[in-house]
Amino acid sequence: MLDIFEFYNLMERNKIMLSFKGDITSELLTSILQIMESKLDNLQEEPKTKKKVYNVLVECLQNLYHHLDARPNAEDGSENHKTAIFMIGKIENEYSIITGNYMLTKNVENLKSKLVKINGMTKDELKEYYKEVLNNDEFSSKGGGGLGMIDIARKSGQKLNFQFVPVDNNFTFFSLNIKIANKE
Amino acid sequence: MDTLIIEGSAKTPDIKFNPQSGVVEIKGRSIPENSIEFYKPLIDWLDKYSFKPQPNTVVNIQLEYFNTSSSKCILDVFKKLEAINKSGNSKVIINWHFEEDDEDMSEAGEDYQAIINVPFNMVMVEE
Repeated sequence: MLDIFEFYNLMERNKIMLSFKGDITSELLTSILQIMESKLDNLQEEPKTKKKVYNVLVECLQNLYHHLDARPNAEDGSENHKTAIFMIGKIENEYSIITGNYMLTKNVENLKSKLVKINGMTKDELKEYYKEVLNNDEFSSKGGGGLGMIDIARKSGQKLNFQFVPVDNNFTFFSLNIKIANKE
Repeated sequence: MDTLIIEGSAKTPDIKFNPQSGVVEIKGRSIPENSIEFYKPLIDWLDKYSFKPQPNTVVNIQLEYFNTSSSKCILDVFKKLEAINKSGNSKVIINWHFEEDDEDMSEAGEDYQAIINVPFNMVMVEE
């Protein structure tokens, strides 16, 4: 049986403010954003920090919404709809936004090279790259403009921390951990 | 031609496009998952307006948050306005509002300013 106390302690140690695992729907994202907005208000964060955290949160959650791939349930073969995991925590002055989702292994290389490219860029290069993609007149089939990760890197001001865990022949579990420092 | 009014929601901004005054306003937050759907009526309205615009078109953008999906649609709106300005039928001016300490929003304005060839005012708003 799942040891819920251990689970609780693990989250407590990592100062998790909110976490969710399940289907990612538009309504869910609206609720999470509302909860986080009021939490940030209650913490009396500087408006600047609050806006950064909120913006990065929106992009991370909408990345899940647009890009995760549903993986069939291993036990009964039923379709595991848009399931993903999301956590936000704050240790001292640094926020962490962590997401995890299944994706098709065949798309890993593409995403990885994009993330590596972004991580190799300076602040000014990221600004130029953002403008270039903004103005390229392309919308992906999934409705995104290919700007999410660039924007997350720009706003957080830190490298994108990511991991790919192969699961089976077709699927890989992708996780992203974004840190946002509260600059006084 | 009718005024386009869309009331804001948790994820979408207040829209007020007035063909009589030539004032076009987008205010609030723009973070819908599907921004193309939300912005389509705005683009369609501007297409119609471009046939008979006012001598002056004043565009007020005052966004608290916008997602990257909206950023491309906002650029599309600006490109329509750029075409109206270029046609010589209306003098277009874009007022990009940002809060005093919101560097990200002021930088976003600069990004658009660099791409779009329309007089662009950066307007700082006190919190």
